[in-house]
Amino acid sequence: MAFKPRIGVFICHCGENIAGTVDVSNLAEEIIGYDNVSFSTDYEYMCSDPGQNKIKEAIEEENLTGVVVAACSPSMHEDTFRRVVEEADLNRYQCEIANIREQCSWVHGEGNDRPTEKALKIIKGTVEKVKRNVSMEPVEREHSDKCLVIGGGIAGIQAALDVAEAGNEVILVEKSPTIGGHMAQLSETFPTLDCSQCILTPKMVEVNQHPNIELMAYSEVRGISGYVGNYRARIERKPTYVDADACNLCGDCEEVCPVEVTDEFNQGLDTRKAINIPFSQAIPSSYTLDTEACLGLNPLRCSECAEACDADAINFDQTSEYVEEEFGAIIAATGYDLYPKEKMGEYGYGEYDDVIDGLQFERLLSATGPTGGEVRRPSDGKVPENVVFIQCSGSRDPENHNSYCSKICCMYTAKHAKLYRETVPDGNAYVFYIDIRAGGKDYEEFIQNVREEDRVLYLKGKVSKLKKADGKMKVWGLDEISGERVEIDADLVVLAQSIIPSEGAEETSEHLNLNLGANGFFKEAHPKLRPVESLTGGVFYAGTGQGPKDIPDSVSQGSGAAAKAIDLLAKPTLSHDPQVVEIDEDLCSGCGLCVGQCPYDALDINSKGVAEVNELLCEGCGTCASGCPTNALSLRNLTDEQLTEMIHAHIGD
Amino acid sequence: MSKNKKKIGAYWASSCGGCDVALLGLHERILELLDFAEIAFWPAATDFKYDDLKGYGNNELDVTFFNGGIRTTENAEIAELLREKSKLLVAYGSCAHQGGIPGLANMSGKNELFDTVYKEIPTTNNPDGIIPQESIKKDGLTLNLPGLQERVRSLDRVVDVDYTVPGCPPPPELTEDFLELLINGELPEKGSVIAGSKTVCEECSREWNKESIDAFHRPQEVDIDPDKCLLDQGIICMGPVTRSGCDSSCPEVNMPCKGCFGPPSKVEDQGMEMLNSLASVLQVGEEGQALEQEKELLSNLPDPIGTFYTFSLSNSIFGGKVSEGGEND
Repeated sequence: MAFKPRIGVFICHCGENIAGTVDVSNLAEEIIGYDNVSFSTDYEYMCSDPGQNKIKEAIEEENLTGVVVAACSPSMHEDTFRRVVEEADLNRYQCEIANIREQCSWVHGEGNDRPTEKALKIIKGTVEKVKRNVSMEPVEREHSDKCLVIGGGIAGIQAALDVAEAGNEVILVEKSPTIGGHMAQLSETFPTLDCSQCILTPKMVEVNQHPNIELMAYSEVRGISGYVGNYRARIERKPTYVDADACNLCGDCEEVCPVEVTDEFNQGLDTRKAINIPFSQAIPSSYTLDTEACLGLNPLRCSECAEACDADAINFDQTSEYVEEEFGAIIAATGYDLYPKEKMGEYGYGEYDDVIDGLQFERLLSATGPTGGEVRRPSDGKVPENVVFIQCSGSRDPENHNSYCSKICCMYTAKHAKLYRETVPDGNAYVFYIDIRAGGKDYEEFIQNVREEDRVLYLKGKVSKLKKADGKMKVWGLDEISGERVEIDADLVVLAQSIIPSEGAEETSEHLNLNLGANGFFKEAHPKLRPVESLTGGVFYAGTGQGPKDIPDSVSQGSGAAAKAIDLLAKPTLSHDPQVVEIDEDLCSGCGLCVGQCPYDALDINSKGVAEVNELLCEGCGTCASGCPTNALSLRNLTDEQLTEMIHAHIGD
Repeated sequence: MSKNKKKIGAYWASSCGGCDVALLGLHERILELLDFAEIAFWPAATDFKYDDLKGYGNNELDVTFFNGGIRTTENAEIAELLREKSKLLVAYGSCAHQGGIPGLANMSGKNELFDTVYKEIPTTNNPDGIIPQESIKKDGLTLNLPGLQERVRSLDRVVDVDYTVPGCPPPPELTEDFLELLINGELPEKGSVIAGSKTVCEECSREWNKESIDAFHRPQEVDIDPDKCLLDQGIICMGPVTRSGCDSSCPEVNMPCKGCFGPPSKVEDQGMEMLNSLASVLQVGEEGQALEQEKELLSNLPDPIGTFYTFSLSNSIFGGKVSEGGEND
């Protein structure tokens, strides 16, 4: 070999952590005779300044080509020592850690030679690796500094505002004609009873006016390609047939429109026209013509709206517009839906008009709702005297429905009961519950207050039957505390319907190859330590798409996701560890097995018919390198030759 | 016969005879071959005796195509003799190359094999339990038979091999390629396998859609999509770990590759490499609960040794159940 490696071995005592079990000075003497080891020493704390200086001096004086630091786990100080060798003009990848603490001294007792023997083997193995290491520079890539936020609910709004405030351009894509999400439908918010729209609409306006935010409402992401820092998204802006800039919200079009259909914003409790605005504070503040409801545009069957419009804002010739943009980061804030009526046979949901879900009740309570805030039941408009609230409807029921807890229902049911009792002081509110889960700031106090001050009757138990007899709804249940059967004549039943991820979660996961958990919510990179990140680089989660959560949690996660995105976008270039997989094109047959194996989507078969790695995405996990049937793939600085020689050194032959 | 003609030998050891037929598969080209070569030894096709072979000088044969693995003492003896008499010794076909299908017998020891074949098979009528002996005496005469060795070995484990023409049997095109290289003096470096350098997948026209495998099927159990990768359809195809050169002939007709060309250059153990690759694309059940389902999936895999080591058990790292020295180690 023309090149003769000169390896220095630096053995750390780590106080007594290593030296108490391993004979460190003996190690230093023993290793000096080993192949290519031209220097060795031991020191009390190698990570201290004097310890680091020993390494630097030795590199210079002994002309070392590689360094082994025998110390603690590489997750502790690998970076420290790599920086040290860099300061001495040695490439950082010529430094490796031999872990003789966690993998040796800590797990073996003192009083015999075996820990020392083992430490020696670990060091020899590491010497074998480092002397075959190649020097490398980090992988550097340019990136876009725009951010795409998918979903305009409160989490997406918060994320978009934070990213925009940091100086990055944001495109906020919302499927429906207005941003605001479900929060815009709520009457008041627990536990403070702030009016939901009052705290939300200023933020919506801010989004609309922010110079760094481009709002694309009534739009959908149709495809995303690329990778961290360099995503390319194709977004469809669907035609609203109304020029938002020209529309002055006079409402004349709505008045003359002859078509009435179910109003989604009011959860089906009311009707709207084919041309409509979801609510008066909607952003963008403009009308949208729902072509599914409209009598027809092609051929034009009715043009009363256009005739009525003094502002000439209506344009029947609008078509879908497609926008393609590059994004550095993407925040998925696709939100939730309620567990569908079709899946809930029990409780008469979908069968009886007066069995409604929580969001419908929000609309009944809302001053902007179909009843102007008066609680009137859907069937006959009567003010209900007895209202039964059923919690965990579709939640915590692994046999029939969803196994998980929807998290927010205990709180909003208490709020519903309280607001009902305030609106209808003579009314009776009954709540059937399994447990009360009120983990949140001031939440438990709120529940207590509702139970005590608002005289809401909490019944611990499940509803066994709900049936309509003689025009009345009867609710049978068991009060587990008294042990008695309960039978209530209910005028209105409100189900705390389970939360499920919206369709957007699956769509987005398909675009970006994101993992969804068993219940369809986005799966985070680590459930505890990386809760806003996906495993796909540069894609972050905000809000209920990742799991049921209330407004403060959604806002927090929106800000968290924004912080992660800002962190990424602020970097001048994206830098990546070069310890990635390398492909020998002469051996690769392009079978494609590695493409499916890669958990990071870093591999593809290129136009030459061989595998190609995106070095920015590769995390160096080695799955493909071991899975490659022709051994065309190998990890830089962890080649089969290195591993084999390390094994030989460890087993001592 | 002209003195300049090359002398060609061919021999079958432990094999089915298909390789000899494959040589004949050159059809009329074999006549062209005879313009510049003469057949000096080919017991399967012409009347040669071992004494004829022994009569040749060392290296007198220019090239010998040796098919079949080394199963018996006779196989080993002739392999050594042919090595001595041949300038170039070619491992011809899967058995000489890697032990081949007879190599699957390395899952059983010699005595187990005899017991199965001569005592246990239901159609065998052998009330006295007689099994073949290497030597018998009758009427004062001794008759010796070749003995069965403990395990099947590929040719290169017994003698030095110059080239390999792989396949079960080798396609005539590869044999022609080899002869052309030989005649033109363009043979590659010693030890080369005369076939492609990559794997069957490279030549295969099927599309792998880069997803994972969630069930295994045998070819007869499913309606095979002719355009889709067989692995993608849950059919174990050894294409990814098998050297190219056959024009993907099996997958092209809806049959999975069985691996007869052996592994590509950087792969030591064909079956293990396949298992390794499969393991990383298996996908059943939800994460965390997958283990049991994966076990079940794998337990539905019929005959794993026969599937992953159809031709290469003898040369694999694990090598079967019997060692060189004795059985069942």
